[in-house]
Amino acid sequence: MSAKLVQGYEVVIGFETHAQLSTQSKIFSRAPTAFGAEPNTQACAVDLALPGTLPVMNKGAVERAIELGLAVGAHVAERSVFARKNYFYPDLPKGYQISQFEIPVVQGGAVEFYLGDEKKTVRLVRAHLEEDAGKSLHEDFIGQSGIDLNRAGTPLLEIVTEPDIRSSEEAVAYAKELHKIVTWIGICDGNMQEGSFRCDANVSVRKPGQPLGTRREIKNLNSFKFMQQAIDFEVRWQIDQIEDGHAIQQATVLFDPDTGETRAMRTKEDAADYRYFPDPDLPPLVIDRDWVERVKSQMSELPRVMAARFVSDYGLPDYDATTLTQSKAMAAYFEAVAQACQQPKLASNWLMGEVSRRLNAGDGSIEACPVSAAQLAALVGRIADGTISNNAGKQVFDALWKGEGEVDALIEAKGLKQMNDSGALDKIVEEVLAANADNVAQYKAGKEKAFNALVGQVMKASKGKANPQQVNEALKAKLAG
Amino acid sequence: MTALHDLSVAALAAELRAKRVSAVETAQHFLARAAQHTARLGAPAEGASNGAFVALNEDATLAQARAADARLAAGTAGRLEGVPIAHKDIFVTRDFPTTAGSKMLSNYRSPFDATVVARLASEGMVTLGKLNCDEFAMGSGNENSAWSAVRNPWDASRIPGGSSGGSAAAVAARLTPAATGTDTGGSIRQPASFCGITGIKPTYGRASRYGMIAYASSLDQAGPMARSAEDCALLLSALCGPDPDRDSTSLDVPAEDFSRDLQRPLQGLRVGIPAEFFGEGLAADVRVPIEAALQALVDQGAVLVPLHLPRTELAIPVYYILAPAEASSNLSRFDGVKFGHRTKNPADLIDMYKKTRAEGFGDEVKRRIMIGTYVLSHGYYDAYYLQAQKIRRMIASDFQQAFTQCDVIAGPVAPTVAWKIGEKSDDPVANYLADIFTLPASLAGLPGLSLPCGLGAGGMPVGLQLIGNYLSEARLLNVAHQYQTATDWHTRQPGATA
Amino acid sequence: MSLNASEIQRIANLARLELTPDQSERMLTQINSFFEIVEQMRAVDTTGIEPLAHPVAVMQDIALRLREDIASEPNQREANQQSAPAVERGLFLVPKVIE
Repeated sequence: MSAKLVQGYEVVIGFETHAQLSTQSKIFSRAPTAFGAEPNTQACAVDLALPGTLPVMNKGAVERAIELGLAVGAHVAERSVFARKNYFYPDLPKGYQISQFEIPVVQGGAVEFYLGDEKKTVRLVRAHLEEDAGKSLHEDFIGQSGIDLNRAGTPLLEIVTEPDIRSSEEAVAYAKELHKIVTWIGICDGNMQEGSFRCDANVSVRKPGQPLGTRREIKNLNSFKFMQQAIDFEVRWQIDQIEDGHAIQQATVLFDPDTGETRAMRTKEDAADYRYFPDPDLPPLVIDRDWVERVKSQMSELPRVMAARFVSDYGLPDYDATTLTQSKAMAAYFEAVAQACQQPKLASNWLMGEVSRRLNAGDGSIEACPVSAAQLAALVGRIADGTISNNAGKQVFDALWKGEGEVDALIEAKGLKQMNDSGALDKIVEEVLAANADNVAQYKAGKEKAFNALVGQVMKASKGKANPQQVNEALKAKLAG
Repeated sequence: MTALHDLSVAALAAELRAKRVSAVETAQHFLARAAQHTARLGAPAEGASNGAFVALNEDATLAQARAADARLAAGTAGRLEGVPIAHKDIFVTRDFPTTAGSKMLSNYRSPFDATVVARLASEGMVTLGKLNCDEFAMGSGNENSAWSAVRNPWDASRIPGGSSGGSAAAVAARLTPAATGTDTGGSIRQPASFCGITGIKPTYGRASRYGMIAYASSLDQAGPMARSAEDCALLLSALCGPDPDRDSTSLDVPAEDFSRDLQRPLQGLRVGIPAEFFGEGLAADVRVPIEAALQALVDQGAVLVPLHLPRTELAIPVYYILAPAEASSNLSRFDGVKFGHRTKNPADLIDMYKKTRAEGFGDEVKRRIMIGTYVLSHGYYDAYYLQAQKIRRMIASDFQQAFTQCDVIAGPVAPTVAWKIGEKSDDPVANYLADIFTLPASLAGLPGLSLPCGLGAGGMPVGLQLIGNYLSEARLLNVAHQYQTATDWHTRQPGATA
Repeated sequence: MSLNASEIQRIANLARLELTPDQSERMLTQINSFFEIVEQMRAVDTTGIEPLAHPVAVMQDIALRLREDIASEPNQREANQQSAPAVERGLFLVPKVIE
């Protein structure tokens, strides 16, 4: 694993991600999970831990765990156990969280992604089911906090990696890939502002070859942008501490986006003694192989698999295939274009280039693209068959984006047809060569730049309609002769 | 004409069906009696009160009774329509407060009814009120209640047993024909024995735990307490049954008619007699009636089979590790945030937690929370908690071994009769040791029954315990019923009641 | 095995129980006397024995029952909060939570 060192130190990062599962009801109760309801209107007796209440498991949460397990190539446990994690906090109504400890539902697995050109693999230790806690609100109350338990009991899948990550960039790339996976397979809505996908980063540094350093945990990283900033700051802070001769104390830290700094949370005494024990209210979760097979057969093609298919079936480079499978919608769009115009590489270029640029500037999702796959396919087709140049294509695309019409009509209207008449082209080339004797001489003397100037002249003379490919060929032929 | 309070559940149900008495009259009759035996929060019961009832609500009771009368008139009556029942204050109820015998919940009102309460109500039973118990079901004498200590109707200077002490006392004093109790380590069987009534703890998982305030989740079970096996069978049939929507530990076995085998003769019944239940610790005044009861079974055709339950004594440390461990976690929800007691003027959040719980919980509960927290804590889990669970499996296996040689196991419920109030309150461990005969069946999850079989020292009742294999409640009730047709201990009344 | 006063303090803290020095001392004595009866349990050879978490596992294979993912609980905030010590605008109030 090659990664750049920071001031001579190797950065070691492990991630814990809490993904809220997209079930209708809570993991252990039948209260709804919809975001944004009035406080405590979605917290039933079980969620409030009223005396005498008991948990009953949501099948939808288990199914989503199986889907995640299959998506990351993990082992889905035939038998897993729910355990109580005991601690006191106002947003934890029972005084314990029902989680999984020794035997989680998903074991192992890995997440692959590209960091630049390099392919990375981050191994997963496990993923387990647990319940979310409620929320504390501080703003409106003086000296007090208001507790809203609507969120208490929302199903979570906690996904834990090995400490395989070696830089903040890699961390963000991993998080983005995991985000893609969980949204792709539909188990999580991925809405980070609403807290559907929360990351904690365990960060430590060490000199290469040394044992692992003491780690600090940055909690609740809810945006990719802040994720990188937070980790960078933490790494620099740890290195400064060590260089100053201070040992790193294990701590939980929060990132403050306003200051750009991480700071340790108030230390909770005995925070580590959760007194885990198997929950006597819940017998073991049994998942037979038939169920796993059924889920597998019903899952749509996974992004990695689809990317591999794009490489083998469409001859796309890995990078393109990965980028195009960033979302199901994007991949579907690409396939529609590619199959319609039979020009996968060109289609890919356009999607990763013009289309993505405009999408990123605006709403961001391919669903919001005003140009349909059919329209883009038509455009790509016209470039491929030489009707228009790539540059002309950009003008047409601009018009398509604004909804000004269909491809062929726009080409006509804007007079963008490339000159394909070689006779007319030859005539222009001859005229240009005659008028630019200096450039011709320089070219023949070995100056490549002179050639480009001649190309430019031909394009200008043809009012941009000449086919650049043909211009190159014609010029070369005439100059050689 | 027999007084209403001297009628069995079965007889009372018949009277009501025949409209020889109304549900309202019946309710009023029992309410008047119950009102004489209420408890006070934080003070001894007044005068001659035995302190059994902690909550009464005449309006609610009479409303239920009127509804019962309407159904009786309309011919849509349930099997137990109009028959009064009182519930151990561990079961949550909408119409009455629920305190679990604790200051922590002294003004708690549940928005829902426990499944057991709802099931009995659906058979037409009318709730008289809530019954005193040891705090959060932790205790063997009903002395650990935030309410008055309950007084045994047979001798007001003695405990009624616990933790379902209020239930046992109310039935024995004929303040109600039947009561619900809960049994985690013996809390139905032992007070039934001490008060001379009949009570049964079914197989773990038979009765829904939803709405039953949790003490030790893998041990708690609800059960009926009444004056005969026949009555218990009627009640058990009504309150048992799967509750898959609400209780994940509820057994997936269909509801049964537990009265179906009552008449079966005992000829050929093999009764296992564990040597460990008849050792030195068993008081002579208890041994005598127990042995007489065994002889009575033999007279009815049973055969006694001596056997061993070698890990009987180990049941005590195993139980007192596992139950407190689960309790320490179950009671964490009592934190002053969402319901129940909250300390006044806390300095900060931690202070609020610590003072709320210190003020809300009694000493025994605190002790068990401390023990439980300790045995689950880092470094001790394997040596204590895990070890106890392993021995638990061995104890369960010992029973399976025993049941290859016999149909039911019989023996005493407790080593002595009821002791004096205050006698063991300074010595928690002494209380624990007295649970020796009831704990093993609890750990194994087996059904256990207690029925009166004589009187011991001071004229105090002695109970015979019957333990059956999983799901054999009908058999246990059969044996008890046959014994009760040949003897009359279960009809004896304490002299102390009006 | 016997506990000391500082362990009583640690456990009381974990359990969020405030004990007066008197109560701590009494608790220490009582718990230690309890642990005397526990010692015999620790000595038992349990090699190869699986812990029994659910008693009826002895009788039948038990597996966690799963319910369909349907949100059927209606909003019952008022009833659920009727015994709450402090509520404002539907929120449970507690002394300020400091992170």
